[in-house]
Amino acid sequence: MSAQRRTTVIAASCLIVSFAACVVLLRQIDRIRPPALAEDQIYISSPKMIHRASLGFDGLMACIYWTRTVQYFGHRHFNGEMSYNELAPLLEITTALDPELLPAYQFGASFLAPPPPHGAGEPDRAIQLMEYGIQHNPDHWQLYYNLGFVYYTELKDYKRAANAFERGSRVPDSQPFMKVMAALMAEHGGDLLTARLLWSKTFETAREKDIRENAIAHLRALQVDEDIGRLQAGVTDFGERTGRLPTSMSELTTAEHLPANPADPDGNPYLMTPRGLIVLQKPDDFPFVTRGIPPGYKPSGPARFHHAS
Amino acid sequence: MTSRIAYIASNTFREAVRDRVLYNLIAFALLLSGAAIFVGQISIDIERLVVVNLGLAAVSLFGTVIAIFIGIGLVSKEIEKRTLYTVLSRPVRRWEFIIGKFFGLAGTLVVNTFFMAIGVFAALLYVAHKFSRPDALILIALYFIILEFLMICALALLFSSFSTPLLSAVFAFSLFVIGSFADDLRAFAELSHGFTHWVAAAAAYLVPNFSALNVISAVAHQQPVGAQLVLSNTLYALLYTTVALSGAVLIFERRNLK
Amino acid sequence: MAAIEILDLEKTYLVGFWCKRPKRALQPLRLTIEEGEIFGFLGPNGAGKTTTLKILMGLVFPTAGTARILGREWTDPEVKAQIGFLPEQPYFYDYLTAHELLDYFGQLSGVPARERKRRVEEVLSLVGLTDIKGLQLRRFSKGMLQRIGIAQAILHNPRLVFLDEPMSGLDPLGRREVRDLIAQLKQDGKTVFFSTHILSDAEALCDRVAIIHKGELRGVGAVDDLTSSVVGKIEVIWQGTQIPASIKALGAECHVSGDNVRAVISDNQQDAIIDALRRERVRLISITPLRTSLETYFVEKLQHSQTTAGKRA
Repeated sequence: MSAQRRTTVIAASCLIVSFAACVVLLRQIDRIRPPALAEDQIYISSPKMIHRASLGFDGLMACIYWTRTVQYFGHRHFNGEMSYNELAPLLEITTALDPELLPAYQFGASFLAPPPPHGAGEPDRAIQLMEYGIQHNPDHWQLYYNLGFVYYTELKDYKRAANAFERGSRVPDSQPFMKVMAALMAEHGGDLLTARLLWSKTFETAREKDIRENAIAHLRALQVDEDIGRLQAGVTDFGERTGRLPTSMSELTTAEHLPANPADPDGNPYLMTPRGLIVLQKPDDFPFVTRGIPPGYKPSGPARFHHAS
Repeated sequence: MTSRIAYIASNTFREAVRDRVLYNLIAFALLLSGAAIFVGQISIDIERLVVVNLGLAAVSLFGTVIAIFIGIGLVSKEIEKRTLYTVLSRPVRRWEFIIGKFFGLAGTLVVNTFFMAIGVFAALLYVAHKFSRPDALILIALYFIILEFLMICALALLFSSFSTPLLSAVFAFSLFVIGSFADDLRAFAELSHGFTHWVAAAAAYLVPNFSALNVISAVAHQQPVGAQLVLSNTLYALLYTTVALSGAVLIFERRNLK
Repeated sequence: MAAIEILDLEKTYLVGFWCKRPKRALQPLRLTIEEGEIFGFLGPNGAGKTTTLKILMGLVFPTAGTARILGREWTDPEVKAQIGFLPEQPYFYDYLTAHELLDYFGQLSGVPARERKRRVEEVLSLVGLTDIKGLQLRRFSKGMLQRIGIAQAILHNPRLVFLDEPMSGLDPLGRREVRDLIAQLKQDGKTVFFSTHILSDAEALCDRVAIIHKGELRGVGAVDDLTSSVVGKIEVIWQGTQIPASIKALGAECHVSGDNVRAVISDNQQDAIIDALRRERVRLISITPLRTSLETYFVEKLQHSQTTAGKRA
């Protein structure tokens, strides 16, 4: 019996010592890793379920959901749908499964906040998503950028936008323009220059096709807005000086020393109405312009930036 | 003593090979090459992510299934078929038998994982056309997966030492699932009070904690895995394996063989 | 030195799923087997033979009692290197060939590598298995498995061999071979402890037997003693179809079968009957002292227990 008893004693002590060490190690591992917070479960309840149901294959599930999100938005946007009710949950599930999937946040910033038909019109959820992303990836300046972007483009809240850019500029490896952004927000929140800088940075940093096309459409619209603003100011100056409206575009450009034959980014010359309004020839191709829309213009179909570039 | 463990281990490995366990590699290769070709078509910026995620998930899942299905039969099948009689009537200690069986199965899984790893890297090369330095992180993920296998093998062996194969399979799969929830179980224990707290805490530390070993998505994003985590996980997995194997030895040492 | 000393080993199983009831498989058993003898452990199916063997092999733990094998505590792993065991209806790793299986068992028993190959060939030819290279055990017949079982039991040249029903599953020729093999083991100086319910095997081979029934030891003794306990008569056979009156007069019980006459007579009449037969000028075939068969003894022991059990009830 003695051999068996010896085995028993050794095995039992192995068991007890190893188990005690396991508990100690687990506590240590918990300190190294981000803990599973109870607040997370309250924050997003159903995505958490999917996270658990994925049995540790959450990375794979996130990939699947990310694919679905892109497809969902692409299809609906292409068909000119006016609602994107699933977009926010899909993004939340994707990021709950994989909080480090950065393209998802950028996608959310671009398409969750803007009103239909170009987005889900849910800026609050977009901001929630960005804050969630920042919480899990505090070292990624892009997320602060996205947050500031949403405050700036949709909510016109320049103070908060400035704050977001400022926070982002403090992250190591942050881009220098984040500081510039923060400063611009404080002084020139509504300037076209600021907007252009913002959209060109979005274009530069994004790799997702939809986001880049969206950014180009906005940049084109900004160009048109700027052109038409300048021309319209010329018309006003001309009127003040001569007491009448210019008869043609060439008379206007010559008299006001503006570049000759002004044209939109597609090369179509701007038109002047008999009442002196500068308008676009093809407003359908510029879904985001705020100026140059002919009076009484109605979109001939759903606006599509997919065809604009 | 050590030589007998090695003999038992190599015989266990031979059994797995002759039972055509390694045929799973064919299914794995088909799955991975299919996925690699398929995601090459739907380019949404994440081909590499899909290949790494799917590949590592498949390595983990295939290995877990093998570990459980072989592990649960390691002892109980030998008792049932009475092949154990002629082994234990030799100068083989019962604990040597358990440890030998464990190393045999673990060896089978390491070999299996090795071939699967080659498959993952081949698929990665196919979609990304070249390797980059962060791809070495996949090796860490694979290492963690092997650590996970060791724990599952030991648990399956533990159940096999006192239970029928079917029940052992149920136990082992349940623990695999609960082990993936272990983080939540510990978080729940932190929130509760009194008796529930102690029960939940005991359960949370008793079940295997797989969540820290799952770095698949982090690796897919080329995020570095800390050296301290590698060390802690290694120690944890080895200690947990020791716990389960000691339990198996304690039970098997007392077991009457019908 | 005694090869095996069983000192009051007993085993009680708990049966039933929820309400475990004790069921006694083995009453306290005390038995000594001397070195160099062939010992038969006899009893009907379910008598407790296999339980005893499993306890001795360390496969099952006794409820009480102890045993010594080859002078050491029976659980001592050192003992295991010197014993061989053939389980009842043996079954082996069916994915191995006979050579692989025996090589594996040789490794476990600590047979040195250079001797192993030679030993495997030796025992395989000893049990009459040839031309089986590369054949997996799953293709083996029951008889072939039994032979492999014997081969693995003697592979490592043990001093003591335990065989549980070694003749089962064998054809008459195979039984004969195994009998010869066991006899050979004794010649080589080994102790053989084998269980069987086939009495003729035991009678032919054993030096001593024990009879066990319902977990209880019913009798132990040398086969010669047991079978000569009811002597006093001789059997005389001669050629002929007639029973001479002179022989009838001696009080012999005679039967005619074919061309022979068989007569049973008290052994003190031996000279008288031989004289009578000489006078009759018949051809004498044989004169043998009459022994009780082991079967008679066995049945007697079993019936005895049943009647005592009946009386008790």
